[in-house]
Amino acid sequence: MNKLPAPELNNLTSQIRRDVLRMVHGCKSGHPGGSLGCADFFAALYFNIMEHNPAFNMNGEGEDIFFLSNGHISPVFYSTLARSGYFPVEELKTFRKLNTRLQGHPTTHEHLPGIRIASGSLGQGISVAAGAALAKKLNKDTHLVYALMGDGEIEEGQNWEAFMFAAHNKVDNLIVTIDLNGQQIDGSTQNIMGLGADIAVKLASFGWQILHMEGNNSQSILDTMNEAKALTGKGKPIFVVMKTEMGYPVDFMMGSHKWHGVSPNDAELENALAQLPETIGDY
Amino acid sequence: MKKFEIQNVKDTRSGFGAGLSELGKTNPRVVALCADLTGSLKMDAFQKDYPERFFQVGIAEANMMGLAAGLTIGGWIPYTGTFANFSTGRVYDQIRQSIAYSGKNVKICASHAGITLGEDGATHQILEDLGLMKMMPGMVVINPCDYNQTKAATIAIADYVGPVYLRFGRPAVPNFTDANQKFEIGKALLLNEGTDVSIFATGHLVWKAIEAGHILAEKGINAEIINIHTIKPLDENAILNSVAKTRCVVSAEEHQMNGGLGDSICQLLARKNPTPIEMVAVNDSFGESGTPDDLMKKYGLEAANIVDAVLRVIARK
Repeated sequence: MNKLPAPELNNLTSQIRRDVLRMVHGCKSGHPGGSLGCADFFAALYFNIMEHNPAFNMNGEGEDIFFLSNGHISPVFYSTLARSGYFPVEELKTFRKLNTRLQGHPTTHEHLPGIRIASGSLGQGISVAAGAALAKKLNKDTHLVYALMGDGEIEEGQNWEAFMFAAHNKVDNLIVTIDLNGQQIDGSTQNIMGLGADIAVKLASFGWQILHMEGNNSQSILDTMNEAKALTGKGKPIFVVMKTEMGYPVDFMMGSHKWHGVSPNDAELENALAQLPETIGDY
Repeated sequence: MKKFEIQNVKDTRSGFGAGLSELGKTNPRVVALCADLTGSLKMDAFQKDYPERFFQVGIAEANMMGLAAGLTIGGWIPYTGTFANFSTGRVYDQIRQSIAYSGKNVKICASHAGITLGEDGATHQILEDLGLMKMMPGMVVINPCDYNQTKAATIAIADYVGPVYLRFGRPAVPNFTDANQKFEIGKALLLNEGTDVSIFATGHLVWKAIEAGHILAEKGINAEIINIHTIKPLDENAILNSVAKTRCVVSAEEHQMNGGLGDSICQLLARKNPTPIEMVAVNDSFGESGTPDDLMKKYGLEAANIVDAVLRVIARK
């Protein structure tokens, strides 16, 4: 797969964001806020950073693999997979509808290419990713394991079990990114459950290698994720703190947690789509 | 009543340890994870002989279940080991989402099940695990009766692709099944043919059922005794065929009445052939501290309790 540079990624993300909005509007449910915020990350990962094969096989031997822990941002995951060639783009219109492979939260149960674990019940993805990274080491497969988690779900204790395990066992073929948008369902993460210290400080004290990036800037993502790749194999798992804006770049969806799990009505959809050019064609 | 020779008296968890070591030799894709109970689970031999395929995860069972799910992605066959309580209730949602719903080939191996864990008391004595695990869609649930059968089951489940819950225990119990048996998932084992009552037992209660069979024989009652080592999938034909002959049933298990083997048999019989049944099981209660023998007596899980249940159910025919 060709590695798209930042300007072309930006074209792509405009289309992915249109997909996200049209998908959640189409079923009148789903999670647009985090999906919009993470579109740049997904596009960079699947169209530049990862070596991966859209002719999907579950074990993923000989390729980089990705796990989504915060499964509620499934719209952006599904759009990216479809746009990468894992399954037909037309299938995006079935999102959250009866008999779809595009369940509300990702699942392997419907055999959708590109999905390797069910997620949605929060806090489980980093453990799974660490296990898959161990499997790669056992298989002497030098490809990497990537994972994305939300900053709200870090309140789940299992994450901290996984953080300890991965550092103690030098799982250094694992790159975890946290979507630091500062919002969760009931409000800001600071108000709901403050961490007491910067997340980077906490993870560094656990023994992880820390990087920072601007999650709504394709060049920052490419530069940082390439740096992360270069830091693998040096005895530490990698933790990338990615600052994003929930709802980005739709003006009325940014700045609060309001659009975490609400679908736009017809007028709101029209308003949002007017801010996002159709670049490679709507599904 | 058929006589069974006790080869020795051994704990079923050691059967698991022996089976795991055997797999270390014979199946290079098997890996093992343990949550700080390597000695208790008898996993130390595997750990020593195959250190590159063993993962000490610390006291972090939720993470262990996720790691195991991840290890399957890459073609490994993970066996997780901890107490039954921490293998099920503590990590139910991790098993549900990351293993069962995701269809991952993880073998959840659970020791110290039931009240025979003994002195540690109710915090560690799970009596709900069979019910929890049998409700999980797609989960195979196995509760072998002695050392040899636990070893055979441990080896057999490596060849089955899909999630399995394997339950065993702490105390030394009579080891009487064939050392070279081939374990077949879902296949009930007829131990004694009889005509007056069907006794369906699982786990540690299988030997108690045999003891009860001898007592009943002295009373002129000819009991059919069947070892249901697989709770799910249940061997429905074996149960229905036996019941067609005996027309009454006693179930016996070291588990809550709600959700256990007896509960599964009741569902089957209510649908296919309504039949009087008595259940030897713990009745909606937690356990407590004590020796395994004292606890089995206090909670009514002895051969004498099976005999009483047989007399009650025959009277209801």
